[in-house]
Amino acid sequence: MYNKNNILFFYAIVYFAFLYLPVMLLPVFSFNDAIHMVFPLKGFTLKWYDQMIHSSRLHRALMNSVKVGVIASIFSTFIALLAAKAFTKYKVKLRQLSYGAILLPFVIPEIIIAVSLIVLWTGMGLQLGLVPVTISHILFCTPFCMLVLISRMEGFDRNLEEAAMDLGENAWGTFWRVTFPLALPAIVASLLLSFVISFDEFILAFFLSSQDQTLPLYMWGQLRFPKKLPHVLALGAVIIVATSIIVMLAYWLRNLGSPSDKKSNIGGI
Amino acid sequence: MSDKEFIKIKNVSKNFEDVVAVDNINVDIARGEFFSLLGPSGCGKTTLLRILAGFEYPSSGSVFIDNLDVTDITPNLRPTNMVFQNYAIFPHINVKRNIEFGLRKEKLSKDELDERVQNALKMVQLEGYEDRFSNQLSGGQRQRIALARALVKQPKVLLLDEPLGALDKKLREEMQLELRNLQRSVGITFIFVTHDQEEAMTMSDRVAVMNKGKILQISPPRDLYDNPKNLFVGDFIGQINFLDTQIVKIEGNIAKVLINKLGEHELVTNNNNLSQNESIVCAIRPETIIISKTNEKISDICIKGVIANTSFYGNMTYIYVKIEGLSKPIMVSTSDVHDGLSHNSDCYLNIHLKDIRIIQKN
Amino acid sequence: MIRFWQKIYAKNDNVKAYSLLLPALILVILAMASPMLLTVVTSFHTQVSMMEIDTTLTLDRYKDFFSKPVYTMLLVRSIKISFFVTLVTLITTYPLAYYIAFYVKKNKMLWIVLMTLPFWTSYLLRVFSWKVILGHKGVINSALMVSGMISEPLSFLIYSQTAVVLTLAHAWAAFAILPLYVSLDKIDKSLLEASYDLGNTKLETFWRVTFPLSLPGVIGAILIIFIPTVGDYVTPQLVGGTDGRMLSNMIQSLFGRANNFPLGAASAVLMLLSVSFVAVVVTYITRKVSLRMS
Repeated sequence: MYNKNNILFFYAIVYFAFLYLPVMLLPVFSFNDAIHMVFPLKGFTLKWYDQMIHSSRLHRALMNSVKVGVIASIFSTFIALLAAKAFTKYKVKLRQLSYGAILLPFVIPEIIIAVSLIVLWTGMGLQLGLVPVTISHILFCTPFCMLVLISRMEGFDRNLEEAAMDLGENAWGTFWRVTFPLALPAIVASLLLSFVISFDEFILAFFLSSQDQTLPLYMWGQLRFPKKLPHVLALGAVIIVATSIIVMLAYWLRNLGSPSDKKSNIGGI
Repeated sequence: MSDKEFIKIKNVSKNFEDVVAVDNINVDIARGEFFSLLGPSGCGKTTLLRILAGFEYPSSGSVFIDNLDVTDITPNLRPTNMVFQNYAIFPHINVKRNIEFGLRKEKLSKDELDERVQNALKMVQLEGYEDRFSNQLSGGQRQRIALARALVKQPKVLLLDEPLGALDKKLREEMQLELRNLQRSVGITFIFVTHDQEEAMTMSDRVAVMNKGKILQISPPRDLYDNPKNLFVGDFIGQINFLDTQIVKIEGNIAKVLINKLGEHELVTNNNNLSQNESIVCAIRPETIIISKTNEKISDICIKGVIANTSFYGNMTYIYVKIEGLSKPIMVSTSDVHDGLSHNSDCYLNIHLKDIRIIQKN
Repeated sequence: MIRFWQKIYAKNDNVKAYSLLLPALILVILAMASPMLLTVVTSFHTQVSMMEIDTTLTLDRYKDFFSKPVYTMLLVRSIKISFFVTLVTLITTYPLAYYIAFYVKKNKMLWIVLMTLPFWTSYLLRVFSWKVILGHKGVINSALMVSGMISEPLSFLIYSQTAVVLTLAHAWAAFAILPLYVSLDKIDKSLLEASYDLGNTKLETFWRVTFPLSLPGVIGAILIIFIPTVGDYVTPQLVGGTDGRMLSNMIQSLFGRANNFPLGAASAVLMLLSVSFVAVVVTYITRKVSLRMS
């Protein structure tokens, strides 16, 4: 028993290094006083961060990403909440089919969704831009939110809602005074996680936007110019830190009140 | 008239896909009655209760409470309140807010609310628990909070869905008495669902025995025990002996019957549906049979047997006696100490005709 | 009138359920199903000029696809690369999932969180990091050269299929570990003890008991990794070069510079069909395997 333990442990550490290395590189080079990302390091500097803060195009892209992210996360969480409610509360006819259908956008290669939406959108004569991007993000995030919410709602005591009704509350009162407060941690976690997904999403934005860039599109554009690279690294480092904080917050919230639920791990993707 | 039919369940049926959960039930429940629905799991008692509460819509039939047709009325507007099997205490608010929960609509002042909550807590003997949360309460305490929460709304009918099921035996017995006393003091009609026949018998004014969606018999507990109307009820309530019997002749209310291995006897019966040569069952409660070592005939029937088994229960001993020719042993219960009656020893059973009940097979 | 509908609503659980599901279903139908349908239809059209599309139905685009070897080659390569990515990811992630499920006693959740955290950072930047790491002047090459192990940078590391597989295996690690971990964790430990008790070695127990029982997780991981990878764009674009180019890069140019929507649509349809085919086969095998096990 002992030998395997040590080998596997060693392997785990090595694997973790492999996982984190690329991620760590970015912040390291973002403080490096050089244009190219090569060793050895040249010296500590904050000028790339300075450049990042003062780029107005970056700000516009950031604002766009935030706008899209907020709208997408609110809509997908809401739609997913209703769907999660349906699946956990009722024995739905054709359950597998509906469940699979709603999960589909998550499983199909993004490029196919992107391409299809371009065909539809331009076919209708509409302009590409942030609107189709937002719609595609809502489509993409909803299945994910649904998984998060279902994993939390599965442990939900159905009698609690019936008790509320029995005590005099109508459907709205029951939702507001019982269902919603109990689901709140999961709802916030869903909002946070779907925001992050939308914020980071590239392909759909790439295909469906035109003039207005989201942050990933901005970064993609900058990657071609070596001189611009370091400030993108600075941006990347900031994003990594911010995202990690948000995600850890979301994980903590999701597990509030439902201790070590194995199923909830899948929702933690 | 309306007091005896305070609750009227009329031709109520409920189907789930192809399963008939409740099969054309007709019941009248009196005002202020402690009424139990008793039966094995799956018999439809909980479904029927939920129909009364409004959580299930009957496939056919209607429900009347205090002369009002409540069939189409949603649960929140019915004059009923329910105590759930797992208590359903809201985990995100404290005991005080739980109990107040249903009073929001009544727009009471803060003082009035506090008073009502205090009274409710006093009623279930949990004063001082206002600030606790559900996870800080034991099962029995949660049950009482659920009770308080329902009663504080002063409903016309209280529905209880196996509320004592999760409690241990001693606590359960305490709660049974408490519930009975509580019901008597508040005077509300209680409808109690359970699978435990002792529980139903202890607390109820009347018990309805259910099986497979149908009500088989409604009687006060004593009556249910002494005069079971069919095999299922007889077997479900307490212990019983069944003997195959054939009707020889019927004259008025006297039936001449031939009981397997016990000979031909005349029994008094109120049943008008018996026919000659009909194959029926005679039921005898174990405690009515007298067992002794001697061949003394002190009653109408005396037969000899061999003791096959005994089970000691503290206050009661069950003795299983094998009678020659009968496939199943006869069960006798006695609270006396019988020396000399041991495994494989001979014994004599005395049975009074008045203790024999006729039950039709169907 | 409203009361009539209210009654139907209150009586019928299915009505209630589907009214809750409606927004999600509408979303999927409007934003995914119909666009995809439209794409299929478009694949039967012809791009006449910059702005014009001839809508007479024709199978020519599919003929075009299969007649030019480069298209088929890209499709096959995409599937091949996805296959290798799936394999590499599974092989490298499985031991870790096993370790966390069987050897970690406290704070399992913490391990899982740490495993999945890198995944939440920008995918774009992670791929770019690999470009840096694998590049001619990148971390690996400069380290090897400085230590004297090689005199010239290893060329196969970047702008190759190897680079694509490596980068994607890294990207999907977090996705793979979750289903693997869940199914391993679910295994009743007493089954393993029973196996030892009956005389099996550790290795035998693994092959005969643990691995088969973890198959649902393995299948889940396979589907999660394989299907999206076939259509990946960013990684081949950044680190694939010519050797590592995949079908999605081609599709992107057909919708962009090359401006041939119908052909792009046909390529997308073919990609979807191949992916669906694989998914169906995998699901079928899964069913057979789990039937045998239960």
